[in-house]
Amino acid sequence: MNKLVVSVKIALRALLVNRTRSALTMLGIIIGVAAVIAMVGVGAGATARIQAQIQSIGSNLIIVLPGSLSSNGVRLGSGAVATLTEDDAKAIAAECPSVSVVAPSVRGGVQVVYGSNNWATTVQGVTPDYMTIRDYTMLSGQFFTNQDVDAAAKVAVFGETVVRNLFGNSDPTGQVAIVKNVPFTVVGVLTPKGQSPSGQDQDDVILLPISTAKQKVLGANKANAKAISTLMVQASGPAAMDQAQQEMEALLRERHRILEGQEDDFTVRNLTEVFAAQESSAQVMSILLGAIASVSLIVGGIGIMNIMLVSVTERTREIGLRLAVGAKTRDILSQFLVEAVTLSILGGIIGIVTGLAASALIAHFAQWSTQVSPLSVLMAFVFSALVGVFFGYYPARKAAYLDPIEALRYE
Amino acid sequence: MAVVIEVKDLVKDYALGDVPVHVLKNVSLVIDRGDFVAIMGPSGSGKSTLMNILGCLDKPTSGTYTLDGIGVGPLSRDELAEIRNKKIGFVFQQFNLLARTSASENVELPLMYTDMAAAERHDRAAKALLSVGLAGREAHQPSQLSGGQQQRVAIARALVNNPRIILADEPTGAVDSRTSIEILAIFQRLNREDGITMIVVTHDPDVATYANRNIHFKDGKIQLDEVLAHTRDAQKDLESLSAQAAEELASV
Repeated sequence: MNKLVVSVKIALRALLVNRTRSALTMLGIIIGVAAVIAMVGVGAGATARIQAQIQSIGSNLIIVLPGSLSSNGVRLGSGAVATLTEDDAKAIAAECPSVSVVAPSVRGGVQVVYGSNNWATTVQGVTPDYMTIRDYTMLSGQFFTNQDVDAAAKVAVFGETVVRNLFGNSDPTGQVAIVKNVPFTVVGVLTPKGQSPSGQDQDDVILLPISTAKQKVLGANKANAKAISTLMVQASGPAAMDQAQQEMEALLRERHRILEGQEDDFTVRNLTEVFAAQESSAQVMSILLGAIASVSLIVGGIGIMNIMLVSVTERTREIGLRLAVGAKTRDILSQFLVEAVTLSILGGIIGIVTGLAASALIAHFAQWSTQVSPLSVLMAFVFSALVGVFFGYYPARKAAYLDPIEALRYE
Repeated sequence: MAVVIEVKDLVKDYALGDVPVHVLKNVSLVIDRGDFVAIMGPSGSGKSTLMNILGCLDKPTSGTYTLDGIGVGPLSRDELAEIRNKKIGFVFQQFNLLARTSASENVELPLMYTDMAAAERHDRAAKALLSVGLAGREAHQPSQLSGGQQQRVAIARALVNNPRIILADEPTGAVDSRTSIEILAIFQRLNREDGITMIVVTHDPDVATYANRNIHFKDGKIQLDEVLAHTRDAQKDLESLSAQAAEELASV
């Protein structure tokens, strides 16, 4: 311990003697560490934003779409044929233990009018369970109830984009808007969710009771009055996703009387999985950014090695003297190693501060969200110290194994 | 008297290209505790090589070297460093002080490589500086000291670890004649009062007259090994200098 303190003192003195040189050498490490911290911050920010978007869809979501029917050898895409019904939804809710909530929905495009304003948007016919499944909260008013669904009440919940375009800044709750020539009372406004991971505006929507939507707005399917266009299912937990999917597939095949070997007439999609792919691509980007920044840290390390080699050459006589008066190999080795590590750690600390400032500036001026985790700061610090050890070892070793006679005679 | 250095059949060869150069040819030598030896000879006669071997900085090609009862031949690099640290003090022609480092810290340097506590190191350094007449200059850096004072700092550094022997390679080569007598007076005092064996390499026959034994080297062999009947006393020579000279000396 005593010796380490002495080594650090000797190293600091040697570094202070050549202030400019030490500062320039540190600059390489400073830039490297700052770049790593800022770039990883940008990457983590992007990942976090995608995660937030995935959260906005709802958690543990599975989507069941009708269709993909084969008629006379022509295969139609999913959603082409109305094969899912409200009864399927009820059966899934009743018989699949891994499923916690089921929300059937129908959708269609409509023109909506309020006063002299009008707006084209999407109508979704849903049940109150839809609010649970999508994690919706209310900005004002209430969501409609199951009684409203049973009674096919003419009530509507508006998304924020629709409200802005029809009502401006005034509160629409209690007002009556005309949806496809049918007057609806606005009972609530949804809290905005922003963009979906696929880039759609999730607030440009009007939610109606599924019964009202079918009977008054979209028109019921002629072949099957109970047909629905989408079934959203929430599994009871992240671990139950696969189980829920299998249970539903088995149940729907049984209910639709599909024989073994025949294709499904529905499609089950694990939404979380789809968007997790996007998340992992953002993570790859942040790793890539970090890797590129690390290259500059390594270049900084080479700068340290370069200066340490110069320093060893300049101080050959000093090394010779130290060896002559009894310094052992490891004493000289540790002296120069401590000097290199001191350079890199000091550079690392300044680099961390610079990196935090840089990522704050990027967040402020480029309007990107950046997130600097304590772990990445710690990693940058440890990595910079390791760079010092790695690139300091060769010059230190060179110094430690000098021949004392030649070193003393060195001009 | 106890034997401090015993050298037997010492041979040192250097391979200069393809031609081997025999620098030392079967040198045998015994130096007793308390001897003050001056080693003389022309350049290339092998005296510096002998000094390097005696100082445990170099190893002989063949032959044995026993220092203070320890055969140093089979010792490793770090074990030799330990021997240099404990038993040998070095004084160089060019002083070899660390620049921008105080006199006290320069003197402490050999103690840095021991387990000694900082307080005791300072204490020992202060005592060593006192004994070479530099009390009060502990905080001075080499650039603030004259050549003679710098060499005295170097001598303090050589004796701070209480060595058995002090090896001085042309210690008066870089200072004027008065200062050189002063340095020799310190050497004689350390030799007589503390019983430290002094080995001085010099070109200057005048310097050799202050030793009690002169060894002349030529072509890698001892040509002449004489014990002086009459040794000059450096302190008396200093006192006999004129009053004006003494004044100048005091201002050094």
